[in-house]
Amino acid sequence: MSSHLKPAVSEKDHAEGTKAATVQLVEYGDYECPHCGAAYPVIKKIQKTFGSQVYFVFRNFPLSEIHPYAMAAAIATEAAALQNKYWQMHDIIFENQEMLDNEGLQQMAGTIGLEIKKFQKDILREELQAKVEADFESGVRSGVNGTPSFFINGNKFDGGANDLYNMLKENAG
Amino acid sequence: MLQKGDKAPAFTLYATPDQKFSLTELKGKNVILAFYPADWSPVCSDQMALYNETLKFFNRYDAAILGISVDSKWCHLAFSQSRKLHFPLLADFEPKGDVSKSYGVYNENEGESDRALFVIDKDGIIAWSYLSPAAMNPGADGILDALESLKQKTK
Repeated sequence: MSSHLKPAVSEKDHAEGTKAATVQLVEYGDYECPHCGAAYPVIKKIQKTFGSQVYFVFRNFPLSEIHPYAMAAAIATEAAALQNKYWQMHDIIFENQEMLDNEGLQQMAGTIGLEIKKFQKDILREELQAKVEADFESGVRSGVNGTPSFFINGNKFDGGANDLYNMLKENAG
Repeated sequence: MLQKGDKAPAFTLYATPDQKFSLTELKGKNVILAFYPADWSPVCSDQMALYNETLKFFNRYDAAILGISVDSKWCHLAFSQSRKLHFPLLADFEPKGDVSKSYGVYNENEGESDRALFVIDKDGIIAWSYLSPAAMNPGADGILDALESLKQKTK
């Protein structure tokens, strides 16, 4: 359908890279979704290959009914963000998807060096859940129909992470 | 395919193995009809799983959603349980595809419903309809836009 990113990327988003990059890549993802897990190393490859040309934003799209820990994982990354370790948490969850449950998240938080007492308190904060839900709603409004869904410079990209890599490669060449 | 402004044809279909459901039961509510080709096929599953997660947004617009395909009530039951769906799936099973045909969204070659969406207003008039490519999950943004404009209109 229309499939434009709503709302546009702002300072509320978690982003990697420089804003001036030519390619603004937004992923709507679910930490428990195997396809998102498979896309994760491809996104890393894109970031490595295209470096400063890519500005990467991740927004949460937890399908809580089919993935019981997706919401908890998303909240855990937001709690990590409060300790300036959003991307460390994001990475470690995708790298250890098979151990994703409440206990696993605690372990991961410890591994990346979060202050655990603060983390445990923060994950109960309602505004973190509200932020994840706002991400989800923005995804629905933007035409996200499954995970992962990608947007390039505000337009929905009809394809997976590998298609994305190939497309960028072609455009670069 | 029925379009905006058409009256939504009435129907009564099985929603569970022992219960029938009529469109008239939702009178006074907005209704979303999601016709889809088949239970279990990957795209449909994603589409129904997505609507399962977006029910709360539909609720905000006082809208109920019904999934409709030609699968039998027993097939719907198993599919619905497997996906933990919180909205009814109706069996357009006998006479096969009758309701889909009345909305103009039946694929004779495949013997399945098209992947089509309708938003029906509280007076039973179609406010929006959309035919999606069969292999494409149309998402929920079009539905929400249609519900939003209905809300604006009734203000």
